[in-house]
Amino acid sequence: MSAPPPNGAATQTVRSAVTLVGRRPSDTLWSETWRRFRKHRLATLGAGVLIVMVIAVLAGPFVYRVPIDEIDFKAKLKGPSWAHPLGTDDLGQDLLARLLYGGRISLAVGVAAMLIAITVGTLVGAAAGQMGGSSDHILMRLTDLFLSLPTLPLLLLLVYLFRDALKKVLGPETGVFILVVVVIGGLRWMPVARLVRAQFLSLREKEFVEAARGLGAAPLRQVVRHILPNAVGPVIVAGTIDVAAAIIAESSLSFLGLGFPPDIPTWGRILFDAKDNLDFAPHWAVFPGTAIFLTVLSINYIGDGLRDALDPRKVLSSASAAEVHMSTTSAGATSG
Amino acid sequence: MSKYLVRRLLISIPVLAGISLILFIVLALAPGDPFEELATNPNVPPEVRMNLRHQFGLDDPIPVRYARWFMSMMKGDWGFSFVSRMDVGTLILQRLPTTLWVLGLAQLLGLLVALPVGIYSAMRPYSFFDQLTTTLAFVGFSLPTFFTGILFILFFSIYLDWLPFIYRADISATGWRWYWENLRQAIMPVAVLGLFQGASMTRFVRSAVLEVIRLDYINTARAKGLSEKVTILKHVVRNALIPVVTLVALQIPGIFTGAVITEQIFRVPGIGSLLISSILANDTPVIMAITFVFSGLVVLFNLLADLLYGWLDPRISYR
Repeated sequence: MSAPPPNGAATQTVRSAVTLVGRRPSDTLWSETWRRFRKHRLATLGAGVLIVMVIAVLAGPFVYRVPIDEIDFKAKLKGPSWAHPLGTDDLGQDLLARLLYGGRISLAVGVAAMLIAITVGTLVGAAAGQMGGSSDHILMRLTDLFLSLPTLPLLLLLVYLFRDALKKVLGPETGVFILVVVVIGGLRWMPVARLVRAQFLSLREKEFVEAARGLGAAPLRQVVRHILPNAVGPVIVAGTIDVAAAIIAESSLSFLGLGFPPDIPTWGRILFDAKDNLDFAPHWAVFPGTAIFLTVLSINYIGDGLRDALDPRKVLSSASAAEVHMSTTSAGATSG
Repeated sequence: MSKYLVRRLLISIPVLAGISLILFIVLALAPGDPFEELATNPNVPPEVRMNLRHQFGLDDPIPVRYARWFMSMMKGDWGFSFVSRMDVGTLILQRLPTTLWVLGLAQLLGLLVALPVGIYSAMRPYSFFDQLTTTLAFVGFSLPTFFTGILFILFFSIYLDWLPFIYRADISATGWRWYWENLRQAIMPVAVLGLFQGASMTRFVRSAVLEVIRLDYINTARAKGLSEKVTILKHVVRNALIPVVTLVALQIPGIFTGAVITEQIFRVPGIGSLLISSILANDTPVIMAITFVFSGLVVLFNLLADLLYGWLDPRISYR
């Protein structure tokens, strides 16, 4: 508050009342959300599993200090044992160490691609919803166009065309990482854009936005302070699901042998190397596959729980219900 | 209805043009030169290379190149494969039926699972059956196809030794045996794809039926004395299918993703595995053409979904 300091107890009370009223609702909003989220048992379980996984891939390599590329032909293709808790691959490299290291990349790809997707989606959706008219029309046609692109073939095409150039400029690891993240994120913003636009269309007619407009708030302030914070719920849900979808997309690319190079063992890449040895080393494929599956399942359940928690009105207007539902289910869509 | 059909057809043309424009821009922005091989080959003098570039119009402005490329794609002139030494069109036509066959069977399996299971669990929400199938559906669409495929191979081919895990186009048997062998080798790819599709469709069907089943006109139908079967099939399901069709249509691009991966796992000789092998062999004309074919299929299936939508909900076609 930039008003000059007022005198007297009365104004003091009013002021503290204002801070109280100003603070409380946001506090209770999030604790309320958390309370509702915890009611969804599987979502809570999913959050627990995911937290354990994140801690494992972040701290694991410091605790479990076996190198990921130590070649030991005497121990090749061995199943789980004390020396190698998850067994070894065809070069005798320790699978647990590789899974922990690869998990970092798989999860980082998921989060980074999600951030790109929701940023682009929010910008496009907000622009379309706020400007209306012909810009809205053009942006939405563009969204529809992107929605009908065959994702994986295009992903493969882009990686094929740009991989070598980026590798030369940024090195194999960073180059492929940036390419994969940008391409996956860039092909997944459309559901978010639609959601945000739908939210804008309904919110900008609401009384509190009208009040802000009436008080002379500039359009940018209306959007940033009044509309966006209220549109954030569905975006969080869609973003959660996008993490899972991006992890699947990266794993699919690596599984096809077209993602990360072999010395960067992402989960999908390990599966790609393992798939021709299924008959004598099934553990090699089962562990990374389970890691992907558990991560995706946990994230999807978290998304489900967040959807219940962030939307107090169980009975949605059918349009927005379909939209939220769509984005929930599209995590599977990319995995195909 | 026919007016609606024409309108939908007319809408697909700009969509197809838009997709092809995106593909073309991607290719035009990509580093590297299709004549790189010639440039590094010392036996080809530079003037020959320049002549070739000119002949193929590589020095023309991009809009001209795009228009020419789009026209020739539309005419069915898709270029020549560097690796297979044959027309790209012929190559793709050889592979396309296998892809469509596997995809079609998978979609059918998905529907056969999703419709009864989704309807039944929506009729008894929160019952044991409903909770079981909801959980299974959730697990089902969180399981990526490449992992399901590996698990199926491990269990059915390696552990039980029931099914072959390599799809062969050249089965030597004749008569009934030929059909049997073809069916046997299609089981796993179709099951992997179909169950994945079925899992997400079950969720759509369940929530759509739940929305409809509590509406007043359903109570009216029951009060009129209609049997439960007629109420569900004629009054609930037909209306519940309307949003389901929309959602399934939105899934279509994802179906092709699944097709590429499944074909690669089971070595099904369809266009998906052709795409992967062309990428590994740097066969650009084939890669471009297959991506274009996939886009065309997406547009085509979206069109079919729209027509189905118009049939299910006649209000749409009069709008």
